[in-house]
Amino acid sequence: MLFLDHIWLIPLLPAFGATLTFFFGRKLQKATVSAVCAGAIVVAFLFACGAVWQYTNWASTPENFHRPYQTILYTWLGTDTGHLTYVLHHGKRTAPFQADVGFLLDPLSSIWLLFVTGVGMLIHIYSIGYMAHEGGYYRFFGYLNLFMFSMLTLILANNYVLLFVGWEGVGLCSYLLIGFYFHRKSASDAANKAFIVNRIGDAGFLLGMFFVAWYFGSLRFTDVTRLAHSGQFAIGDPIITAATLLLFVGACGKSAQLPLYIWLPDAMEGPTPVSALIHAATMVTAGIYMVARSNALFVLAPTSMKTVAIVGALTAIFAASIGLVQNDIKRVLAYSTVSQLGYMFLALGVGAFSAGVFHVFTHAFFKALLFLGAGSVIHAMSGEQDMRNMGDLHRRIPVTHWTMFIATLAIAGIPPFAGFFSKDEILWQTWTSEGGAYRLLWVVGYFTALMTAFYMFRLMYLSFHGRPRMSHEVEHHIHESPTSMTGPLVVLAVCSLFAGFLGWPHSLGGSDRFAKFLEPVFAREAQVLTEQGRAAQVAAGEKEAERTTSIEYLLMFLSVAAGVVGWGMAWKAYRHADRGYVEPIAAAPPLYKWLLNKYYVDEGYDYVFTGRRKIGDTRLGALGLGEASAWFDSNIVDGLVNGAGWITRLTATISSWWDKWVIDGVGVNGPAILARMLSYPVRLFEWGLVQWYALVMTAGLVGFVFYYVYH
Amino acid sequence: MDAVLHISTLHYLVLGAALFLLGVIGVLTRRNVVVVLMSIELILNAVNLNLVAFSRYWGGLHGQVFAIFVITDAAAEAAVGLGILIAFFRNKETVNMDEVNLLKW
Repeated sequence: MLFLDHIWLIPLLPAFGATLTFFFGRKLQKATVSAVCAGAIVVAFLFACGAVWQYTNWASTPENFHRPYQTILYTWLGTDTGHLTYVLHHGKRTAPFQADVGFLLDPLSSIWLLFVTGVGMLIHIYSIGYMAHEGGYYRFFGYLNLFMFSMLTLILANNYVLLFVGWEGVGLCSYLLIGFYFHRKSASDAANKAFIVNRIGDAGFLLGMFFVAWYFGSLRFTDVTRLAHSGQFAIGDPIITAATLLLFVGACGKSAQLPLYIWLPDAMEGPTPVSALIHAATMVTAGIYMVARSNALFVLAPTSMKTVAIVGALTAIFAASIGLVQNDIKRVLAYSTVSQLGYMFLALGVGAFSAGVFHVFTHAFFKALLFLGAGSVIHAMSGEQDMRNMGDLHRRIPVTHWTMFIATLAIAGIPPFAGFFSKDEILWQTWTSEGGAYRLLWVVGYFTALMTAFYMFRLMYLSFHGRPRMSHEVEHHIHESPTSMTGPLVVLAVCSLFAGFLGWPHSLGGSDRFAKFLEPVFAREAQVLTEQGRAAQVAAGEKEAERTTSIEYLLMFLSVAAGVVGWGMAWKAYRHADRGYVEPIAAAPPLYKWLLNKYYVDEGYDYVFTGRRKIGDTRLGALGLGEASAWFDSNIVDGLVNGAGWITRLTATISSWWDKWVIDGVGVNGPAILARMLSYPVRLFEWGLVQWYALVMTAGLVGFVFYYVYH
Repeated sequence: MDAVLHISTLHYLVLGAALFLLGVIGVLTRRNVVVVLMSIELILNAVNLNLVAFSRYWGGLHGQVFAIFVITDAAAEAAVGLGILIAFFRNKETVNMDEVNLLKW
């Protein structure tokens, strides 16, 4: 149990790398920095493999069957002495306020642990080549390692508070890395945007966490899950609904869902490996991880589940439609990421937790591959990101082309690539769950799949095929990337090809090992949901026979058809793209403009939420609030202050007049004047001449003597 | 003869009274501060004479001791008085008492 007992070493390894780099990075050689930082992740990956392997052995023994492995290092927040307690919602019982530094390994965190360290390792290796000629090399690797530390803390945490620590840590690293080229205004703006929008989500997460603590009396996942399973909470409990909705707000911020998705496309200002690691494969899936981790709560709140499903589906089609017309290669991928994250939430929302997690898993490979491939393209194109200025690259950079092609097939859902299995599972589960209540969302998801295939093949054809459209100077410099970059591409391509086989569905004669692996985490929820669904079916008068495999085959065929049709449309439109090619959507100019400007959402937010733009003469949003507050302050508050000052001055004037003329004039000076007047006759005797005084004294003495002698 | 040779207490007292009177007249009439101070010395010594005379008359030493105290006191008083005088002279360039008339209301 070497690895399992020392699981806390996994996050500490990158933390060590980050610390070393931050303190001594300036003095270290680039080779040393890459050896330490990438080495830390390689060791962490091997360690994680060992830990998961030992966990599967441990959890298959009869006494620990399907139990999560939990180890608590120490109580980090609050005390374990029972002195720091708070009263629970019903007011009868108190619970200790306590959060541990504790680690939890179960199938769910195992999957995240493996792909985060695995993909992270590949991206670290890729970065060695990609960042070789960039300034701030050690800073970049320090941030990457700090990110890995935070992400692994997030994954391995055994309670919401420690998860939140990692959650904020990845947010911070995301901010630092988006703003890596901080001398560029757009990059620092994008970093600020990401941080602030995430903060809105985090506020929701915090409130949700407080609700959970207040309602369940514990923040440990195992305790909360046990209580949620205990049956003492009814399905649809309003507090649980509120808590889960608030947690979902946090997930929306981190995982870029409507209406908080706006930061992710701008986050592409960061270096491309960052986009691959943080904004495609790992960090943005933290929201999905958190919702999946809270599955026992979400199942108790059907309203929240519906919200998750609807928000996910809407985000999926919304972002995919924007992605159809974007020209920046990384922006297309960014909108694709938002869209795919929407898919994952759709899966969670319809109760297909393991399908959602499966999509996270496969998406991590092919989306990281796409981003790294895009980075390789940008590298070859001397920094050019606009696909209008690319074309015909497939002969010049073949490795990048073929690996990206595999990833595109995967994301478009062409069998047997990874994306087909996960996406198809989501669509199938959406079709069947709750007796078919979500079939409208299936339609949304289906059109999203069509769009996904179209924009991904559009990206492929525009950048790798057609006529070359770049300048001669750029064309001259095109070269394949170094091995440290193409190596990870190939590994990820292999994963994109084979990762899907883990979830080979039963209907195709497979055993869906992935879902089986996750069963200990989600089995109970699946049961609850099936009962709910059966009730809904009975209510709708439908028959159980609806869930037949023939429909599954049909849907599978349809989703493959969507991929192929999207591919064909892109092939037709962009195969021969030359300078001044025409977008097919541009046939409807208003729609094209609408999509190209991303539905004017940023502008709308500027009007409504930030207030950077005015509606007529009024300004809404944060700046509007600021202006209104300033007006209130300068007119009402300051008016009151000045009024109070004016009254004070008036009373002071009256008071000083009274003091000067009545108190001083009559009361004080009056007796003085009287005394002065009375003193005049007395003063006549005060000559100031000593001898006169002596004379008077002598005369008095003589007088007394005479008086006493002769009297 | 007897009356001539015998110097009684009364003689001392008369001499003391005469000195005292001279001193008082000097203090009251002279305008020079130095002279006034000297006149004060006369008054003090007149008192000393009285003290010593009564001391002899009563056969005790108290009066004589007290006279020594008075002499000491006179020395101190003269020192202070002359000090004030010098400061005064530096300011007004005069030692005329009539010009010292600030000590009034």
